[in-house]
Amino acid sequence: MEIGLNHYLVLSTILFTIGLAGVMRRKNLLLLFFSTEILLNSVNIAFAAISHYYGDLTGQMFAFFVIAIAASEVAVGLGLLIVWFKRHGNIDLETMSSMRG
Amino acid sequence: MFEAIAFYLFAFLTIVMFYITVTTSQALYALTALAAGMIFISAFFFILGADFLGAVQIIVYTGAVMAIYAFGMMFFDTTRDVKEKKGNKLIVVGLSTVAAILVVLIFSAPMISTNMIAFYPSIEGAGNTQEVGMVLFTKYLIPFEVAAVMLLVAMVAGIVLAGKKMDLSITLMSGAEIEDIKKDQDKKVLS
Repeated sequence: MEIGLNHYLVLSTILFTIGLAGVMRRKNLLLLFFSTEILLNSVNIAFAAISHYYGDLTGQMFAFFVIAIAASEVAVGLGLLIVWFKRHGNIDLETMSSMRG
Repeated sequence: MFEAIAFYLFAFLTIVMFYITVTTSQALYALTALAAGMIFISAFFFILGADFLGAVQIIVYTGAVMAIYAFGMMFFDTTRDVKEKKGNKLIVVGLSTVAAILVVLIFSAPMISTNMIAFYPSIEGAGNTQEVGMVLFTKYLIPFEVAAVMLLVAMVAGIVLAGKKMDLSITLMSGAEIEDIKKDQDKKVLS
């Protein structure tokens, strides 16, 4: 059985669903970050698959930039989380409602 | 044939690992499962012929990002169980499925409507790494430089945010000095 582009897109959809469900049900911010990593990775698979099946390198380039953005997001996000944890002693989302929006 | 076997094997493994990441109540299990899932995802890149992307995936994600998470988790209290949001599970699963299908539609709509033409077609007789280098340093040179500046900004931000009070060395201080610092911090937290 030949593996086509649709197989990869379906896999990407499944992983995206898992990550999105994680984003919606997680309360701990660190685990919420993990879920965003899953989202970024699932989109990367779609980019690489499209790049392969259309013989175009643009998809891979965008995957590289997505990886760079994910790395910098982790650095800044974890720095902010550490500051928050030093102040308040936990990283639950519910405690971050100080603006009462 | 081998491609199909590899695809289904790694698809199964990746889905299981990410499912564990999302559902487990232990932060350490989530971290380990996420690292394993990242490595399995690089297998897809190797199957698809994107060798350089696969290597970058392993180095950056499992090497750098997971290491940052592991170091960051040392600051947090990760031994206790993680609390979950109590909500309607049907809504969560339904909404995420709808959103994921929308993403696939966004990806596939331009492919169905028109015949896509490769802007930067593969070069004959060049390996994947060589091709990536040619495209990255000609057509995508400015985004590449901007990404480099962004990483520098992120590095400075990480150092500034996480490195506060790191000029004090607790191992070199006497007990009385440490107590004073703790009292100061308690005052700041209370105020």
